Amino acid sequence: MVGIKKVEYGKKQVLSTSDAIAYAVRFCEPKVTAVYPITPQTWIAEKITELINNGEMDSELILVESEHSSCSAILGAAATGVRTFSATSSQGLALMNEVLHVLSGMRLPSVFAIASRALSSPINIWADHSDMMNSRDTSWIQLFCESAQEAHDTIIQAYKISEKALLPVFVVVDGYTLSHVYEPVFIETKQKVKSFIGDYKPTHAYLNPKKPMTQGPIGYPSEYMDFKLEQQRAMNKALNVIKETNRKFKIKFGRSYGNGLIDERVRSKRVIIAMGSMCTTLRGLEKKYKKTKYEFSLIKIKSFRPFPKKELLRALSNATDIAVIDRAMSYGNAGPLFIEVSSALGEAGYRKRINNFIVGLGGREARIKDFEFIIKNIGRESYWINVNGGKNISFSAVI
Amino acid sequence: MGLPKEEFYVSGARNCAGCGFPTIIRIVTKAAGKNTIIVNATGCMEVVSTPYPQTAWKLPWVHAAFENAAAVASGVEAALKKLKKDANVIVFGGDGGTYDIGFQALSGMMERGHNVLYICYDNEAYENTGIQRSSSTPKFSWTTTTPIGKKIRGKRRWKKPITEIMAAHGSPFVATASPHLHMDLFNKVKKALSIKGPKFMKVLSPCVIGWKIPSNKTIEVEELAVESGVFPIYEIVNGKLTINYKPKKLRPVKEYLMMQGRFKHLNEKEIRSIQERVNKYWDYLLNLEKLDNAFFV
Repeated sequence: MVGIKKVEYGKKQVLSTSDAIAYAVRFCEPKVTAVYPITPQTWIAEKITELINNGEMDSELILVESEHSSCSAILGAAATGVRTFSATSSQGLALMNEVLHVLSGMRLPSVFAIASRALSSPINIWADHSDMMNSRDTSWIQLFCESAQEAHDTIIQAYKISEKALLPVFVVVDGYTLSHVYEPVFIETKQKVKSFIGDYKPTHAYLNPKKPMTQGPIGYPSEYMDFKLEQQRAMNKALNVIKETNRKFKIKFGRSYGNGLIDERVRSKRVIIAMGSMCTTLRGLEKKYKKTKYEFSLIKIKSFRPFPKKELLRALSNATDIAVIDRAMSYGNAGPLFIEVSSALGEAGYRKRINNFIVGLGGREARIKDFEFIIKNIGRESYWINVNGGKNISFSAVI
Repeated sequence: MGLPKEEFYVSGARNCAGCGFPTIIRIVTKAAGKNTIIVNATGCMEVVSTPYPQTAWKLPWVHAAFENAAAVASGVEAALKKLKKDANVIVFGGDGGTYDIGFQALSGMMERGHNVLYICYDNEAYENTGIQRSSSTPKFSWTTTTPIGKKIRGKRRWKKPITEIMAAHGSPFVATASPHLHMDLFNKVKKALSIKGPKFMKVLSPCVIGWKIPSNKTIEVEELAVESGVFPIYEIVNGKLTINYKPKKLRPVKEYLMMQGRFKHLNEKEIRSIQERVNKYWDYLLNLEKLDNAFFV
């Protein structure tokens, strides 16, 4: 972003979410940063490069020729044993996909900020979770944010989580809808951030001629699967790491986001489950419909990976009707979050009325009246919302 | 002339008998020494040398994927800078990982000017996956994807001029080498590592399976490749090209070609066409050698 606005640390001020992310990254002090431009992530990369070029952030900057290479350069740096950062969106994240798997499989920590956006085709640069869902099985932790403050704070948490769990972390904000929104944000101080996350001193992965190590070997059928079991074990353990980090963050900074995994504030028999920036709108409506016939409670999924099955089931124990909102589609079936929730309920033997709403693909406006339609139809038919000229079309009518 | 005794690539690795690249690795790492980090692209080398939980490498070594070794090396070098550690960063990639799928990452690394020595061990095909054509495969060569058919006989295009392309990036050091001229290879690695910036070397690496040669003929094939002018040995230092090895008289390419099963189908017309190309390329190099700056750095 052009134009330097002096930020004040340890103070609340109005900033874009992208800047709020960059200022969090600054004090986490990644030694290597590699970025490639892609809309709408560019504001993050621009602010970071501005900080580095002004000498305000001490990081080796690699301006790569593709996202495949940014992820690969990060992998190389992380394998050497340093803290790293990158940011991307959409096609860029899709292009990285191969390396995402390799990086997490090598158990290298890193933090990437994602301004989440639709995938082609048709080409579209607006908010959508398709890029994240396309990265679902990469063994990266995925933390979805709904405000500039949450994004700022989650970056700080993410370094701690990543280096403890030895899994890389995506910090996700909805493209434009959140990445380009200006909000009051409390920007933390260097001293507080540094003392919270500490230094990164890897004992499991480094490239040091004094102590040679082979990283990224070939795993035969006799070995490969056991590596993969360890990854699942790490993901399972990460659930507690995330919760614990969120708890400690609250003690130090006075802010927290649910239990770090999910955020539920009230309980009602009727529930809406969602992720990302639309949670803020839904929370407003949660208040509006309180003690009416359409009363509902919102469950925000913050950690999509690892998926907080246990916490979600506990939150749903008294629910009778559930609606899951997806900002992505698994073509040939339903929304990915809906599939996750249904699977968790099925596995636990819960019988609830549950339906799915596909909302806001490719930045399509999710209007208050759309959410009101959803609120009135929790646990009934599943719908594509605001399509074909403002209509809601039920799944069964999509033939 | 002696090479240092210390080995960094141990015996017992799972290479084919007669494989060209263990010799390359041994000479290169002897020249580079202990203070070296190896980045390896996916390929035969990575597969045979690191079957978990074993490793043939006595140096820090990292492999990520096929096309990204140059980008991984960029990250390694950047991290070393920030750690204030000085170590040689050497990439090994096959011709598939260098000429083709890794070409973009390599170009990016060269353009950004990372202090890395990229070594392509060139066996002129995707040997690891079962001898498929790469853009380094010589014209008319048999591979499993360029079979000798009734209509099309072998590969249709000449080999991509990778060293010239790298030199055109403004690299301060680009060179070719063959392991049979082991001191030339050794000294070139030493020289490359003494220069800061992105360096590139192409080293001939016969594949006994893909080239269809007996496993005791590897060094002989290398020698004939050089003596016939098929694989000229030169270096380009800051744009100035020097041919490091000039045979008194080039041997006929036919001798080189007929040693190898991958060329056994060639007819006289095809052999003539290769001979003409080799002569022309040799003259081209002699002309470049006369210039102070064959490439603009």
